[in-house]
Amino acid sequence: MIKIEKLHKSYPIGKDSLHVLKGLDLHIKEGEFVSIMGSSGSGKSTLLNIVGLLDTHDSGNYYLNGQLIENLDEKKAAILRNKFLGFVFQSFNLINYKNALENVALPLYYQGIGRKERQDIAMKYLDKVGLTEWAHHLPSELSGGQKQRVAIARALVTQPKVVLADEPTGALDSTTSNSVMELLKEINREGMTVFVITHEEDIAEETDRIVRLKDGVIISDELTNKKVKA
Amino acid sequence: MFDLDRWIEIFQTLNKNKLRTILSGFTIAFAILLFTLLFGIGNGLKNTFEKQFAGDAANSVYIYSGRTTKPFKGLQSGRQIQYRNDDMKFMNSKFENEIQYFSPNIQRGNVQAIYKGEQNRYTVRGVYPDYQPLEEAVIEEGRFLSVLDVKNKAKVIAIGRLVKKDLFGELNAVGKNISLDGFSYKVVGVFSDPGGDNDERYIYTPFTTAQGMYKPNDELDYIGLTFNPDLSVDESLSFSNLLTKMLKEKHSVDPRDQGAIRVRNYAEGTKNVEQFMFVLNFIIIFIGIGTLVAGIIGISNIMVYIVKERTKELGIRKALGATPKSIVGMIMMESIFVTAIAGYTGLLIGVGTLKAIGSSLEKYWIINPSVETSTVIGATIILIIAGTIAGYIPAKRAAGIKPIEALNDE
Repeated sequence: MIKIEKLHKSYPIGKDSLHVLKGLDLHIKEGEFVSIMGSSGSGKSTLLNIVGLLDTHDSGNYYLNGQLIENLDEKKAAILRNKFLGFVFQSFNLINYKNALENVALPLYYQGIGRKERQDIAMKYLDKVGLTEWAHHLPSELSGGQKQRVAIARALVTQPKVVLADEPTGALDSTTSNSVMELLKEINREGMTVFVITHEEDIAEETDRIVRLKDGVIISDELTNKKVKA
Repeated sequence: MFDLDRWIEIFQTLNKNKLRTILSGFTIAFAILLFTLLFGIGNGLKNTFEKQFAGDAANSVYIYSGRTTKPFKGLQSGRQIQYRNDDMKFMNSKFENEIQYFSPNIQRGNVQAIYKGEQNRYTVRGVYPDYQPLEEAVIEEGRFLSVLDVKNKAKVIAIGRLVKKDLFGELNAVGKNISLDGFSYKVVGVFSDPGGDNDERYIYTPFTTAQGMYKPNDELDYIGLTFNPDLSVDESLSFSNLLTKMLKEKHSVDPRDQGAIRVRNYAEGTKNVEQFMFVLNFIIIFIGIGTLVAGIIGISNIMVYIVKERTKELGIRKALGATPKSIVGMIMMESIFVTAIAGYTGLLIGVGTLKAIGSSLEKYWIINPSVETSTVIGATIILIIAGTIAGYIPAKRAAGIKPIEALNDE
């Protein structure tokens, strides 16, 4: 599903450049539940941004769903993101003047789906994350956990190939964190490829495979106990 | 291009961000409102001045006489100067090239005019046919006096529109006979005059007829003429100065005597009015452009601010699959929609206000303050275009930055 070969990325800082990713190789198959672990500055967010087509890489190859990603202009990237990827962010990134239902329906708008159908589909996914009753509330009226569940519903609504979650529990307390992780696990059980970035060990333990990143290189890549047992 | 879904999305955004929408709308509406009001009032001032100085040909010269104020060549002061027919011949021979239209005038006020049961009192003027272009009178019915009328001392008259209205009402006047102080005259024409009501209460009769009727011999009251329109203002002034000097010589008047021979050249006033109008026009245009520029700057600022404020939202939209084109399109459509509606509102309020208060401004020297529709619509379109460009530049930039940068924008 996601295949990365010798990926390099550096950011210019003044006259120098900061080499963030130093030749990563990573292969994630369809249906996997993978977490990327690393302290801040290890390059994990950069990796997710490149995988999520939110940023571009300098060299190396990146295949998404078998398609080589290169020379993407913003338009093509936008279409690929819409079609293949669902995002869950640490800060939720909901649009504050749209209610839960409208937020979930927004990606469908960019697919050109009609209003009525959009709302039906969005409602189905809100129901899936248990927020039917909150459909017409604005994000400001929702708790952190509820917001993240709206974000997850929004990530799923286009039936993407991969869900990318950047510190999805970073802004949540441990109880809500658990329920969010349960939701992600459930999604994964239904066959969705889930790609989580975190710096919390116990969150990473919930996934099937942990890739550890340090200073822009992969230092370990192993299956968790859970997966081994299963 | 018309996409209902897109409009619903835009309406929602505008509706949910009322303060922002109202602020940007207000800027535009206010700019157009000010533009309309200032432009309208400026036009009103202009109308006042045009009206004030309309009514006579701008190149006309009137030659009056009075009593001498200084003794000269053994003659005492206080002597009445009287023009006669030979003064006309004198002028026409000396200034053949300078004079365009020429007419002597004998004026008799308070003449009783009677037609059947109706009667009123008017001023009667004995003139040449050339007096018509001098007054810029417009023939409404029939004709003005002719050269033949003058030659034959015909008892015919051309009457002003209001004289006709007083005496004939809606009936036809041409061909009817009116009695003037007991003598019967045939009406040959009805005229109107841009100079206004007073000028439409005159009755014109051939000069020769009036001279025979009201003067004992070949006396006349005053002379009107227009100078050749090819003359520049300065040339015309030196012409009238020379004319004054020669008339003073002819009538043995002290060259420094201001009272006996009075020549009034409209070009003098015209020159001042034209300069004033030029300045006024300039001020109006300056104000108009100034208001528009202020509006353009206002809307540009607001658009930059709006796009900046929405950077994160745009980042989210891009992450969810919005193409740069759809982002730019959305912002521009919002911008055009708001500016168009607000501009139109400002236009309506402005034109409405001018209509409502227009007539009450006359005492402040403002007559019929109004703006041509094309001017206001043009101004609105300029603002809409400005709003579009002002929205396009930041929208294009926002659409171009990587979504990850936009998402990190707080």
